[in-house]
Amino acid sequence: MDLFDKFDPIVAQKSALPFTKADPFKVVMDEIISETEAMINGRHTILAGTNNYMGMTFAEEAVEAAKKALDDFGTGTTGSRVLNGTYGGHKALEQTLADFYGMESCMVFSTGYQANLGLISVLAGKDDYLLLDADSHASIYDGAAMGNATVVRFKHNDADSLEKRLRRLPEDAGKLVVVEGIYSMLGDAAPLKELLEVAKKYGAMTLVDEAHSMGFCGENGRGVAEEIGVEHLSDFIVGTFSKSVGTVGGFAVSNHPKFDILRTVCRPYMFTASLPPSVVASATKSIEGIKRAGNRRAHLWENSKRLHAGLKNAGFTMATEKAESPIIAVCLPDLHQATLFWEELILAGVYVNMAAAFATPGGVNLMRASICAQHTSEQIDLIIDRFIKTAEKVDLQLTDVAAE
Amino acid sequence: MANAETLNTIYELITPFNKKGIELAPETTFATNLELDSLTVMDLVAEIEDEFDIVIPLNLLPDLETIAHVADAVDKIVADNG
Ligand SMILES: Cc1ncc(COP(=O)(O)O)c(C=O)c1O
Repeated sequence: MDLFDKFDPIVAQKSALPFTKADPFKVVMDEIISETEAMINGRHTILAGTNNYMGMTFAEEAVEAAKKALDDFGTGTTGSRVLNGTYGGHKALEQTLADFYGMESCMVFSTGYQANLGLISVLAGKDDYLLLDADSHASIYDGAAMGNATVVRFKHNDADSLEKRLRRLPEDAGKLVVVEGIYSMLGDAAPLKELLEVAKKYGAMTLVDEAHSMGFCGENGRGVAEEIGVEHLSDFIVGTFSKSVGTVGGFAVSNHPKFDILRTVCRPYMFTASLPPSVVASATKSIEGIKRAGNRRAHLWENSKRLHAGLKNAGFTMATEKAESPIIAVCLPDLHQATLFWEELILAGVYVNMAAAFATPGGVNLMRASICAQHTSEQIDLIIDRFIKTAEKVDLQLTDVAAE
Repeated sequence: MANAETLNTIYELITPFNKKGIELAPETTFATNLELDSLTVMDLVAEIEDEFDIVIPLNLLPDLETIAHVADAVDKIVADNG
């Protein structure tokens, strides 16, 4: 028995995709020219699918700090946070994040995935209930699978569906409600006020994952909870350094007086090596930069609205009615056309993410663009132009917006 | 064995998801017979939850392969809720 036989259906599914000229699973960035451009397969390409929302990957202070940390502290910590892997820099980064969020405590994990795994798997225990939005990120579902709580799923972004389920649970049981600020595939924002108020009405604790909203939502870039003014209803905020912060790593912040005990019970915190000092140093500088980056935030929003409006006016079917985030996704009618579209678009010099129906909420085939604060208006217009030309090339029917 | 009334209610809830018009019976399976993907199954579960005013934990889903499994689980949860 070959253990790989069970993957045959997936192999078949993948090889049935009609890619001939490029393969979205095998994109190699040979050269990164800037936050917004790379060489892919010898072609100069505009990057519009990298989650580098605030364009911090080349922020001068962050790069300098990383170089200095490399010189001073070496290439890695070679150890777990709870053994030899906590340096002064890790503590300073935790303080920076706690200050940034105006919260008492912070834990820095090696990735955002691990932050969700760690918190969700232990906060809701055997006799507790975990309430998840149906469209939650894999790290949230995996945290649930790793823990022992009873897992209950409510309809995406639907406070009524959440309330119905909370109402059916034992009043005195422990409950954790997990939601995201911005959902990564469609780029839609959560009605956090309604969701968190319902959670609190039933005595639940709340965890908000701001992975895709940190940097550009809220006055200081803390996320959707800040923007809507409901941070006081969020018991835990989880985030990542792999998007707006421009490096790698994850974190959780909280005001809970016993928060620190999590350092000794979260296995994804304890049983993996801590972030290298250079990453920690650049994350720290980048977060400080984000706080001051009001202009960048404003430009990012302009870019996002410009792209959304441009594609919508051209007659594309948009995933959201208006731009709710720098994630601008268009829906394609079927997998075949999505495949052709993605391929022609990258040949035309625009990289976006393709998401096939089996991996997206509601089973839609998406071209998912994510916009960067460093994109110029000209680049946004080029992206729109290339989307339109690609649609012609693959015979994608665009709706006649003017006629409607 | 699942109660007939529960089964009938579940048949009704499945109908909109039963695109191919497969004949429904207690032993009908969601994955192979009805060809529902996991996302659709979860939507169906939500409908069942709301109809019976119960919570069907996600942890139970892997064991619920047939309509009879679901009906039994629903009856048990309803009974446990007293
Ligand atoms: C909602 C959400 N949470 C968590 C993560 C994990 O972040 P990281 O890349 O740091 O593991 C991601 C990113 O993929 C995400 O989209």
